[in-house]
Amino acid sequence: MFAEILRRLLATIPVMGVVAIAVFALLHVTPGDPAVIIAGDYATNDDIARIRARLGLDQPFHVQVGIWVSRIVRGDLGTSIFSGLPVSTLIGQRAATTIWLTLFAMLISVGVGVPVGVLAAWRKGSWVDRAVMVFAVSGFSMPTFWLGFILVYVFAINIGWLPVQGYQPMASGAWTFLRHLILPAVTLSVVYMALIARMTRASMLGVLDEDYVRTAFAKGLAPRNVLIRHALKNASLPVVTIIGIGFALLIGGAVVTESVFALPGLGRLTVDAIVRRDYPVIQGVLLVVSGVYVLINLVIDVLYVVLDPRIRY
Amino acid sequence: MALSVSDVGGLEVETAAARRPAARARRFIRRQPTFVVGLVVLLLILASGVLAPLWWTGDPQQMRPVQRLQPPSSARWFGSDHFGRDVYTRTLYGGRVSLMVGAAVAVLSLTLGTTLGLVIGFYRGLDAVMMRVMDGLMAIPAILLALALMAMLRGSVRNVVIALVIPEIPRVIRLVRASVLSLREHTMVEAARALGVRTPRILLRYVLPALVAPLVVQATYICASAILFEAYLSFLGAGTPPHIPSWGNIMAEGKTYVQLAFWIILFPGLFLALTVLAINLVGDGLRDLLNVRG
Repeated sequence: MFAEILRRLLATIPVMGVVAIAVFALLHVTPGDPAVIIAGDYATNDDIARIRARLGLDQPFHVQVGIWVSRIVRGDLGTSIFSGLPVSTLIGQRAATTIWLTLFAMLISVGVGVPVGVLAAWRKGSWVDRAVMVFAVSGFSMPTFWLGFILVYVFAINIGWLPVQGYQPMASGAWTFLRHLILPAVTLSVVYMALIARMTRASMLGVLDEDYVRTAFAKGLAPRNVLIRHALKNASLPVVTIIGIGFALLIGGAVVTESVFALPGLGRLTVDAIVRRDYPVIQGVLLVVSGVYVLINLVIDVLYVVLDPRIRY
Repeated sequence: MALSVSDVGGLEVETAAARRPAARARRFIRRQPTFVVGLVVLLLILASGVLAPLWWTGDPQQMRPVQRLQPPSSARWFGSDHFGRDVYTRTLYGGRVSLMVGAAVAVLSLTLGTTLGLVIGFYRGLDAVMMRVMDGLMAIPAILLALALMAMLRGSVRNVVIALVIPEIPRVIRLVRASVLSLREHTMVEAARALGVRTPRILLRYVLPALVAPLVVQATYICASAILFEAYLSFLGAGTPPHIPSWGNIMAEGKTYVQLAFWIILFPGLFLALTVLAINLVGDGLRDLLNVRG
């Protein structure tokens, strides 16, 4: 098993290599000099020359790639053009907000999506099933930021239960911290929840036809036990996969959600960097987020091997 | 779906009633209600965008500073924004950008992705390397990649399309490649091989036709997500430039006035949500009708 895990771990290296090169190549996506674009419309020739030297754009392309990769390997993400601070420091300052937001959203999505999907599969064709399917397709089609504004309008502006926007760190008290995260987390969770509910239903439907499920029902086990212990356990692998793959969706949604609720997270950092064309920051965030995505999917692959001994790569 | 007596074994098919178009349409609606609803809503929204000048709209850019932030009324159906512009007019015109971007992204990413996927899937040597590259490209979340691309490109509708097509291509390649891999071993392809048919011809005559159904379904999903992403980009200020109304940037401008004038966000968002929902319903319906698994 350890050889298996090691092999999966090594397989992530070429993937991250491609990510690193792609993120670097983004700078050269437009014809012309990237330094001119980054410097903006009001830059002097001196500004442009400074940016060009700072980003190493005066070197030949293959040298630039070499320098970039060797810097990443050493954990150096460069410095922000706008603030002059190291990119890793900026990301470190903002990461906590995004981690909490995505974590809560993930908990809500799995906590609601899985049971709802199980219920729909069990009562296939009933009004419960239809309601779940309607929720799944409309949740998946929902523009995240629009839903965020609707929730703000209803729960913050009209009823006044929750704050309109902003973020409070854990240090200012658990309830204050939670109150500020409820609306953003719910907003962010809907798309992901819809995806998980749909996947759970589909996967459960495949399993509920199996003989051992019929046997379990026939020997008089309580439906709850059959559904959870027998069926869900075997239907869980595709659901776990979609949780990993859907993480990209969650991160994308976090960028938009943070903008609606004015949360100081990685999404805001990225959007601010894009407005200022602060390219080292954009590249740094892309690298870190993609790395986390690859890591999460690696953990899920390893979980597979642990959960299901039949799986061998 | 409830099974009615008339469905059993298709017995009803040959009766006179079923041959009348109206009866056949009714039967179709009963079997695929969500597909029909999605199609009707989508056609209505398409018509509202394409024929925007005919739907009692005015000039989307006309500012009336005296009538700033007016709530919806019989004169201004969706109210007015902070410049006194008519939100109803702007919402209809905004749909043009969204629908155009959705269609363009779907067509372009499918064309490019299918071509590349066919070639990559058929040549074993290329396959292993290219799929690692695709894994890497797909590890970057699509919306972040599109945002980063927009930072280097100037804000224009054309560049939004480019920024949305690039993250989509590896996903199409993956889909096409998976089908090609299974079709490559198919008897008809082996037979064609044995007859001496060349590879490009095999791809066009035997492989591509089998891909049409899954790709049509995929096109609807790509279109839906491109429309959402265009709105996200414009909302974040990195998409369609402000002088062209699009659902995303109408809402971005309304963001500051969410407490005073909620209608600026409510209506364009409603159109956006309905459009994406309608396209997804059509996609699900097509998937069932064309018998595409997944």
